Amino acid sequence: MSMKLTNAQIAWRAAQDIEDGAYVNLGIGFPEMVAKFQAPGRHVTYHTENGVLGFGDAPPEGEEDWDLINAGKKAITLKPGASFFHHADSFAMVRGGHLDVAILGALQVAQNGDLANWRVGSKGVPAVGGAMDLVHGAKRVAVITEHVTKDGKFKLVDECTFPLTGVNCITRVYTSLAVVDISDSRFVLREKLPGMSLEELQSFTGAPLHVEGDVGELEVPEV
Amino acid sequence: MNKTIATLDEAVAGIPDGAVIMIGGFGGSGAPIELIHALIDRYRKDGSPHDLTVVNNNAGNGRIGIAAMIDIGMVRKMICSFPKSSDPRAFTEKYLAGEIELELVPQGTLAERIRAGGAGIPAFYTPTSFGTELAEGKPVEEFDGRMCVRENWLKADFALIKADTADHHGNLTYRYASRNFGPLMCMAAGHTIVQATRIVAPGGIDPEAVVTPGLFVDAVVEVAEPQQEEAMIRAGVAYV
Repeated sequence: MSMKLTNAQIAWRAAQDIEDGAYVNLGIGFPEMVAKFQAPGRHVTYHTENGVLGFGDAPPEGEEDWDLINAGKKAITLKPGASFFHHADSFAMVRGGHLDVAILGALQVAQNGDLANWRVGSKGVPAVGGAMDLVHGAKRVAVITEHVTKDGKFKLVDECTFPLTGVNCITRVYTSLAVVDISDSRFVLREKLPGMSLEELQSFTGAPLHVEGDVGELEVPEV
Repeated sequence: MNKTIATLDEAVAGIPDGAVIMIGGFGGSGAPIELIHALIDRYRKDGSPHDLTVVNNNAGNGRIGIAAMIDIGMVRKMICSFPKSSDPRAFTEKYLAGEIELELVPQGTLAERIRAGGAGIPAFYTPTSFGTELAEGKPVEEFDGRMCVRENWLKADFALIKADTADHHGNLTYRYASRNFGPLMCMAAGHTIVQATRIVAPGGIDPEAVVTPGLFVDAVVEVAEPQQEEAMIRAGVAYV
């Protein structure tokens, strides 16, 4: 693969689909980067599972208050209009479908919308956190990911082989090569890198890519 | 009515071997370190309590708090969503050696099971975990075209909770995001023990500001300058 988007560029592309006024949960790690690329002029409120709505950037080093953290246990600051609530209310926001968007990382996404992102196998200490709740919680549950693994294995697959986080839960995947929707248990290609042929993209994808109407150019600035 | 207890030692004196204890906090935020360490002091002195089942989001961090309880052998079973941390060696070593049991529960399901326990609701259905290994053996049912898993309530014999302000009736406020599981665990335990940064007379908390009503609280003990678990870990503190 000669060209692909950087992680920051994948995050930038996902951020462009977050509408003004949205309430959004970003998964721990890579998805947190999406907040950096919030589109200008849009107001987005970020939710963190441990019980805060309306948090902002990390405080300067040395000014952390460790009672004020996010789900990744990193120190945060509050924006005007922030609120605190207990865990059952926090997950009522999730389970009750009150969040507009959740963006998560992935080990594998299957063409039927199944997601595997919490565990590679059966060894070691299992830890799930809020992943299984979040995949069923938001109106729109998207994934951001490299299109293939570092050693070239498919991440967009016909069927997940890693332990599942949730079934039929993902509706859109932003990758380093493409934007793919999941519709009627199929991958539907929406955007691909300019200069990459459909055949080449298909060769990096573990299940058929369907084309319905125009396929857009995935053009992302240097960020 | 005054639910104030004079010392930490007295507050935790009645917790027996084999008890189920909910411990508040998400990571270091809301961890009632002084209550936990009072329980550890008791175990060191009397060899009790042991064979505890501990309910917490995590399974301890570093060499203090729940991690220290696990490390010195007080805990038989953890019920939690995320038994990993920046320094998870206490739980990891016991788990991989088969010396501690783990019931892994998705975080929102854990919170709702505790809430249900406190609210007197024996079970509920949720799509969370359907089709995954964490749903194995659980009854399932379809609601509005969506498959759901039955989850049972979770109750405890005791809860150890960190609050900001308490009054003599046990009304509580919390500091920032340290609220997390506190209000739920106060409801779900037979006997709820709270450490608070300050204890005031009734009327000292604006009724509009009360987060946990005192009905859910049995004992409050003042810890005027509470330690913060994350800050202790970063300072390299150990309590084993």
